[in-house]
Amino acid sequence: MDGNRKKIALVGKPNSGKSSLFNQLTGLNQKIGNFPGITVDKRTGITLLANREQAEIIDLPGIYSLYPRTLDEKIVAEIFADQKGEHFPDCVALVADATNLKNCMLLLTQLMDLKLPVVLVLNMMDLAAKSGQSIDIQGLSASLDLPVVMINARKGEGIQELKKVLSGSVVPSRKSVFQIGDEIKPLVRKIKEKFTLTTDYEAYHFLQQTESLHFLSREDRDYIEREAKAVNFFPHKYQGAETIMRYGFIQDLLNKVILKTSDPEWNKFSYRIDKVLTHKVWGYLIFFSVLFLIFQSIFAWAQVPMDFIDSSFAKLSNFLDQSFPDGPLFDLITQGIIPGIGGILIFIPQIAILFACISILEESGYMARVVFLMDKIMRKFGLNGKSVVPLISGLACAIPAIMATRTIENWKERLITIFVTPFMSCSARLPVFTILVALIIPENKLFGFFNYQGLVLMSLYLLGFIAAILSALVMKFLLKTKEKSYLIMEMPTYRRPKWANVGYTVVEKTKAFVFEAGKIILAISVILWVLASYGPGDKMQQAEEVVRFQSSQRQISEQELEAQISSTRLEHSYAGIMGKTLEPVIRPLGYDWKIGIALVTSFAAREVFVSTIATIYSLGSTDDEQTIKGRLKSEINPETGGPRYTRAVGFSLLVFYTLAMQCMSTLAIVKRETKGWTWPLIQLGYMTVLAYLSAFAIFQIMS
Amino acid sequence: MDLKRNVAGMKPGETGVISGFSDDTLSAKLLEMGFLPGTAVRFNFSAPFGDPVCVSVSGYDLSLRLEEASTIVILS
Repeated sequence: MDGNRKKIALVGKPNSGKSSLFNQLTGLNQKIGNFPGITVDKRTGITLLANREQAEIIDLPGIYSLYPRTLDEKIVAEIFADQKGEHFPDCVALVADATNLKNCMLLLTQLMDLKLPVVLVLNMMDLAAKSGQSIDIQGLSASLDLPVVMINARKGEGIQELKKVLSGSVVPSRKSVFQIGDEIKPLVRKIKEKFTLTTDYEAYHFLQQTESLHFLSREDRDYIEREAKAVNFFPHKYQGAETIMRYGFIQDLLNKVILKTSDPEWNKFSYRIDKVLTHKVWGYLIFFSVLFLIFQSIFAWAQVPMDFIDSSFAKLSNFLDQSFPDGPLFDLITQGIIPGIGGILIFIPQIAILFACISILEESGYMARVVFLMDKIMRKFGLNGKSVVPLISGLACAIPAIMATRTIENWKERLITIFVTPFMSCSARLPVFTILVALIIPENKLFGFFNYQGLVLMSLYLLGFIAAILSALVMKFLLKTKEKSYLIMEMPTYRRPKWANVGYTVVEKTKAFVFEAGKIILAISVILWVLASYGPGDKMQQAEEVVRFQSSQRQISEQELEAQISSTRLEHSYAGIMGKTLEPVIRPLGYDWKIGIALVTSFAAREVFVSTIATIYSLGSTDDEQTIKGRLKSEINPETGGPRYTRAVGFSLLVFYTLAMQCMSTLAIVKRETKGWTWPLIQLGYMTVLAYLSAFAIFQIMS
Repeated sequence: MDLKRNVAGMKPGETGVISGFSDDTLSAKLLEMGFLPGTAVRFNFSAPFGDPVCVSVSGYDLSLRLEEASTIVILS
């Protein structure tokens, strides 16, 4: 690898077509990483420039200016302020929406004042032209003293020209836009010298956002703050003045280069759609129909590929089991690792479909309307309109959902959203729900067409949602903050989603899920296998011999003997011992030690419940649901003589799994997003206690 | 009478000219988003329950909460 690859950063406001350009430049040559210490996606990719030179493209989060408010924006501000940092780019391509140049120019003039080599990339020129606007590109380039390139990122036009410009040497513009006031100039100079900075404006940023520049040491930050106080420097006041000065320059420039101003009615079409989509009746009706459709597609379309993955892995496991000799290593592979990997891959169809749906909603501009529609209601519960997106994503998986909370500026609202998102029933709960519902609810229909099982399933999702909303309400009153909450958000015009972008999102997010969550699920499966296969001393061996001896007295088939042996072995394994230790605690919920084992193993990942139950009731593989169901049905409770899985036990389990945390990956991601163990631990404690008490109440009422 | 009007008090379809802000912290963000003194602002429509609202300013559409809209002072 070439260490001296040119680093090119893509910046621009959200919805400017930055991601489309990034995809055009890098194709599938891209990867998502994290910026150190925080989970802000760092999308990087490699492109081939005009002179066959390779360059690294970094897609930075969308921003309007260098003064950050959200976590995403802070990253970008920090990268540009730290000229010695490892992410500092050699060259910047600023992607601007040509239909609304004015708004993109603020950031451009800031980058110019930092004396960065910038290329202005004008996207959506076709839309600008349609609205009756034409731009004097040469005049624009001359006045700004920097190269300007026109592209159509959706269609991939102009990419070659851009590559040509980027492969040459781009030099910083000689123009400076913002004049730092005379009263603070001495201080700016002082900071510039102390930190050996290249521009006054960089020093000015040290002054403006001392607290968010994490690359500065504590002493340095204290020093700057002291100095700022000494000359009465108020960041907000100066920021306003700076913005006004910049827009003054921008307006003058645009008056010169935009030949015909746009017709203000050009997006009338959007308004007409908005009339319906944000209507007080139709708006909500359409939103819930869209949600319903997403649900339907997740459950209907994912079934076939999921069954296929499930049976393929069962076959693979069986095949290997038969073709390899017995031995602990092969057992680990066939019974631990392969089912473990299968347990990860089985979620891919559902997650991919959900991300496709969410990405289509975002691409089309509808998501902004959902935020708009829900903000008032969500605020009553201490959330933000933007919390809707994580809550919906939470139906697939809480991990990407929690990462999606980064767009919420207000810390309290963001924290509450993170805290309650795991209550949303994710796809990992689905296998548990499916099997338990099938077990305790008859397949009858209400009024001839409402399937009872479907209704119960839906009420479980509803229960999760209600738990989320009510917990948010409680937190709203418990958490105190002085930080102001706001929702200043662009309402993009409606447009047809670009399918390639949807495709990239699906591939990236699914990949991230497989690797992030996959690691943990795989590890748990292996640990579980070890715990269930080994026990202290030779207890397991002894127990097996007792069974063999007893059965030799009676006539039982080979198969039954096998089943009894593995069940007895499990009872005396480490996992069995853990289940038995737990039994007194979970008895009030209606569970025995066998369910206890499943609770222990699914503590780290709830979907493990089904495979554990299958192992405990000594079934070879979990691929045949009917068999697990049949076996569970015939399981007898020795105390009552009746079936083990009564309706009360079933509901108690369902409620427990709806409300309990039981996901190591979620805890890990919450830890990263909240920068510490405090919140994930509170969350774990709260959810477990709530789940326990609710399951207890349900069981006691029903039995 | 010194009753200043603000964006929160506008009617759908009404246009006004921004004259200033009544909140210093918020004004920095609003300025960046294109709410500049002297620019025209058009109130498009409000969400059900009247909050947030959608306005056009500097050539694009934005949504704002009423609370934020009320800090933008206008002449009409």
